[in-house]
Amino acid sequence: MSTATYSTDRPPNVSGASLEPQAAVARHPLDTCADDVIKVLRDDGSLDPAHDPKLAPSEVIALYRAMVRVRQLDERLVALQRQGRIGFHIGSLGEEAAVLGSVSATRPQDWVFPCYREFGAALWRGLPLQRYIDNMFGNANDTVKGRQMPDHYTYREGHFGSVSSPIGTQITQAVGFAWAAKLRRDELATLVYFGDGATSSSDFHSALNFAGVFKVPVVFFCRNNGWAISVPTERQTSSNTFACKGVAYGVPAVRVDGNDLFAVVKVARDAIARAARGEGATLIEAMTYRLSGHSTSDDPKAYRPDAWLDPWRRLDPIERLRRHLERTQGWTEAQDREIEVAVDAEVKACIAVSEKVAPPSLDSMFEDVYAEPPWHLVEQREQLKAGPRPKGHGGR
Amino acid sequence: MPQMNMVQAINDALRHEMRRDSRVVVLGEDVGKVGGVFRVTQGLFDEFGDDRVIDTPLSENGIVGAAIGMALYGLVPIPEIQFADFIYPAYDQIVSELAKYRYRSGGEYPSKLVIRTPVGGGIRGGHYHSQSPEAQFIHVPGLKVVCPSNPADAKGLLLSSIRDPDPVLFFEPKRIYRAAKGDVPDGDYTVPLGQAKVVRPGWHVTLVVWGAMLYEALDAANQAAAQGIECEVIDLRTLWPLDIDTVIESVKRTGRFIVVHEAPKSCGLGAELVALVNEKAFLHLEAPPLRITGFDTPFPYTLENEYLPLSHRILPAILEMARY
Ligand SMILES: Cc1ncc(C[n+]2csc(CCOP(=O)(O)OP(=O)(O)O)c2C)c(N)n1
Ligand SMILES: [Mg+2]
Repeated sequence: MSTATYSTDRPPNVSGASLEPQAAVARHPLDTCADDVIKVLRDDGSLDPAHDPKLAPSEVIALYRAMVRVRQLDERLVALQRQGRIGFHIGSLGEEAAVLGSVSATRPQDWVFPCYREFGAALWRGLPLQRYIDNMFGNANDTVKGRQMPDHYTYREGHFGSVSSPIGTQITQAVGFAWAAKLRRDELATLVYFGDGATSSSDFHSALNFAGVFKVPVVFFCRNNGWAISVPTERQTSSNTFACKGVAYGVPAVRVDGNDLFAVVKVARDAIARAARGEGATLIEAMTYRLSGHSTSDDPKAYRPDAWLDPWRRLDPIERLRRHLERTQGWTEAQDREIEVAVDAEVKACIAVSEKVAPPSLDSMFEDVYAEPPWHLVEQREQLKAGPRPKGHGGR
Repeated sequence: MPQMNMVQAINDALRHEMRRDSRVVVLGEDVGKVGGVFRVTQGLFDEFGDDRVIDTPLSENGIVGAAIGMALYGLVPIPEIQFADFIYPAYDQIVSELAKYRYRSGGEYPSKLVIRTPVGGGIRGGHYHSQSPEAQFIHVPGLKVVCPSNPADAKGLLLSSIRDPDPVLFFEPKRIYRAAKGDVPDGDYTVPLGQAKVVRPGWHVTLVVWGAMLYEALDAANQAAAQGIECEVIDLRTLWPLDIDTVIESVKRTGRFIVVHEAPKSCGLGAELVALVNEKAFLHLEAPPLRITGFDTPFPYTLENEYLPLSHRILPAILEMARY
């Protein structure tokens, strides 16, 4: 009565290095050299013309800036958590090209249904940094009123949904949203993010099935970052890839090197164009790697030796894009420094503001439970306000 | 007797039972190599291997549905749901299947498992890492619900839960996972299900509480004692079926009843307790029973200490009731 043996105790299967038996690892995200993975950006910084999305030089620089900004924010927010100034952060270290490449393919009329690791996408669609940082502090200015953990924001104005912790729930909702737009004859696509772990949720399967049956204009964007907290991808599926799951549901799918900005932009644009032509859904598997712990609550050393990250550090999406900029636009360290200084200044300024803002009011706790508070919430609100205050009011 | 925290005591119970009974398997998200996000299953993977300590795909209904099947075959599965807040994908399997298997098959297919899951607030977890959903399971006939407040009870109640013939939801108050420490008996140690514990004897007010809020109730009771009011504090331990005799016996002596819980007030276990006290001890009551609970809102992030029924809210209730 033995199940297949399972161990995370093996070195990563590195692109270019000798491969372990394919059957066991073909779907591993490190396997970005597999034939069916769309790649554009070559190691030397040049682009393969076959799938080149032909970004203008200014577009490339804007995306590079956005990726660097997201990474700098990640570093700063982790530091704030370590200092006890915010309670939590969940970042996208190593996944910047996947997040920004995909969201940059969206058009103004399109919508995004996020997982929890795509604050870069929200910022790209215009979320003011101050508003994001207010959410990180859960203060009175936080538009979700300090009710959710940090990194659980919303941004309706930017056509960006509401972050929720339960895994997978946004996938079916995105299908319904996109489907409604189709029923109303509105020409827009809906991009939904989720992780490799989420493909095991029932929501993922229901979502693909509905999207296939009703030809829904949705783009499923799976960030295959190799891990669901401590659980590696081979424990999520015994399929060779996550993309191949689309076949069963009649949803065309594609695998892309998620650390290659150009390749991600290309497949995401194609998927949105398909949706716009009325051809229905696409499943994108972006092969990337979570270079950080799952969140600030996680210590990855408990399940992943640091050396496993080395090959992925060499595939760092920002470094790769920088090589391209160097080659094509003579990018300099001085230009990097300029970005760094500018981002540092804006982030510091936002933090300084957010940190001084008071916690949300006691009244706010009882708002939005219903459109109008019923008698029992009014009664409880008044009891709370009339009662004594606890220690540590407003969070530690 | 070794000193342990809750995490260590639960780990000790699992290890003990897995050594004793080869049918016991543990399964869930991150429970294997890393030993769970709270490290409750730490070391079990190394000792028992991946046939018995199983990292599963990310699917709660998969975990519980498969565990039910394993149990029907004759194993004793102990699934872990990473946070009680994420149990809902498995709710159908628990409510429609697990709870009704024995009944709907005329006793032919008892399906027995213990679902372990961390509950409660106090770790800055916001909506989805803080909830206390006991009432949603108590309301389902066929399920037993347990919530320990200290390491020895955690071990003893978990071993009893595993050996009990009925399915058990085993709620672990994560706020005190590491904060609650105490002596834990070595080896085989059980605490019977269905028995509450009088943690602090008293004669003016009966306080019924469980899990992490026990310590808040004790804190409030000690402060009240400084003002001459002696509370009897009862740790319910098994939330359902609960130890009605201990509760009613106490209320008949004190005539005053307060129940404290983190979950929202309306239709919580406190509501059921108040109803039972009214039914069984009405003529002994000196004051209307009180519920000191979480509010009827989702669990907030920044204001969590305002939401929780901490001692600063329990003490005034005690004083007011004593003066009534
Ligand atoms: C329904 C549900 N179960 C469990 C969790 C706890 N949890 C949070 S994130 C996570 C792993 C998610 O992995 P993946 O989908 O690959 O996304 P990633 O974090 O890697 O981006 C788990 C198990 C949850 N949030 N929701
Ligand atoms: Mg992942």
